[in-house]
Amino acid sequence: MHKIKVNGREVRVGEGTTLAAAILASGDPFRTSVRGEARAPLCGIGICFECRVTVNGQPHVRSCTVLAEDGMEIVTGE
Amino acid sequence: MNKTSTDILIVGAGPAGLAAAAAAANSGGTVTLIDENPRAGGQIWRAELGKIRSPAASKFLRALTQGRVDLINSATVFAFSGDNTLTAQTPGGSISISCGKMILAAGARERFLPFPGWTLPGVFGAGGLQALVKGGLSIENKRIVVAGSGPLLLAVADYLKTHGATVLVIAEQASAAKIRRFARGLWRQPEKMVQAAALRARLIGIPYKPDTWITRCRGPRVSKRLARELEVTIKSRGSSRVIECDYVACGFHLVPNLELPMLLGCQIRDGSVSVGDHQQTSVRDVYCAGELTGIAGIESSLIEGEIAGLAASGQTEKAKTLIKKRDAATGFGRALDHTFALRPELKHLVEDDTLICRCEDVSYAQVKDFATFREAKLQTRCGMGPCQGRVCGPAVEYLLGWEPASVRPPIFPVKMKYL
Repeated sequence: MHKIKVNGREVRVGEGTTLAAAILASGDPFRTSVRGEARAPLCGIGICFECRVTVNGQPHVRSCTVLAEDGMEIVTGE
Repeated sequence: MNKTSTDILIVGAGPAGLAAAAAAANSGGTVTLIDENPRAGGQIWRAELGKIRSPAASKFLRALTQGRVDLINSATVFAFSGDNTLTAQTPGGSISISCGKMILAAGARERFLPFPGWTLPGVFGAGGLQALVKGGLSIENKRIVVAGSGPLLLAVADYLKTHGATVLVIAEQASAAKIRRFARGLWRQPEKMVQAAALRARLIGIPYKPDTWITRCRGPRVSKRLARELEVTIKSRGSSRVIECDYVACGFHLVPNLELPMLLGCQIRDGSVSVGDHQQTSVRDVYCAGELTGIAGIESSLIEGEIAGLAASGQTEKAKTLIKKRDAATGFGRALDHTFALRPELKHLVEDDTLICRCEDVSYAQVKDFATFREAKLQTRCGMGPCQGRVCGPAVEYLLGWEPASVRPPIFPVKMKYL
């Protein structure tokens, strides 16, 4: 089990879970588009950049390409 | 920047890259395999919750752990310099690897076509949703519409069903006549025939509808939370119906990831990299294997990878013995191209306000009157966002007949300090 925070709320996920899967489970949108639409992952494999979020202060991380690890703090909706 | 060198550098650790690594590892030279994902295996052998489950993949991965191949994970190649050197971004900084020979096995991605509602949260690629489930997303009791084109739809539907979802329909845009001809042709490859029969048995109860495609998707407009329910309109031979579901999994077959071969200057023909008998490209010391040379499936990728690995490591006599088998496997790719070619009706799904470029929110109305991708890029920023046209590129090539845009480094967004 890994404990991560998505927008300040604790989310528990199993070993090998990607951040994208964890955020989808949380129900929060991933990013806000240029015109203000909520977006979520499309390709699941690091191509489309729709799943990008801020991880531990680092912006524009493709959440589908990163595995969740204890203590990660994720900010979405930017 | 960390600098290393190797005799043979392989880009992409899917079936083609792994087969190339295994073949080249016997030659005595140093072999380096570089991949973007946290685990090797590519998309077809993508790890489930961190573990690779395919026995075929495990065989190759064992060869890697025997120490003959240096595997670098989580490394995204973004630049090339003339002295056969690739530069990649990794979580720990950038690395630069120079090599004697290079084998490109960067695989393919799904082709996405815009339709009203395709940007809604909950509308995924078909392989896209499968990848997310492999990454731990629960789809227990979710109602899912699988749509688009290609054999991947069947594999995805099977996977989703096995993981607790209810697949409401598989909407395949290709015609029933083409699908029948394709199925009849499978006898040429007995192992594919067996796979297809087993898959068909597992999919009993899920309607498989050829001549059918999504025309629209609607969802509640909510800004704070993701949509809970989607309304999908499906068109089939003139009649339409609306289906309520939780997720849509929609992809229109596959397109090769041509950015890296184009950056290197490899000759491209009909949307894939041109290669010779030994998988050599038009660029000296650069070989290419797998879906980059045309979408032809895993058997073709494995054998092309093996030939490339043998040829690049000087084992050309051994490589020659595989050419006939390779040609049979790539023939399957031509049948796929023909069967799952996009029907013209799909060009008319877009409406003026449908977004074409999701990165920059550029609509169809904004781009439809431009003659070239370059003009549209300069005037509207279509294709200029972080995906660099990987999603909208194949779509506008089909919708508007534009040529693919030229490729410039960095081919993936990287931090300024790495440039």
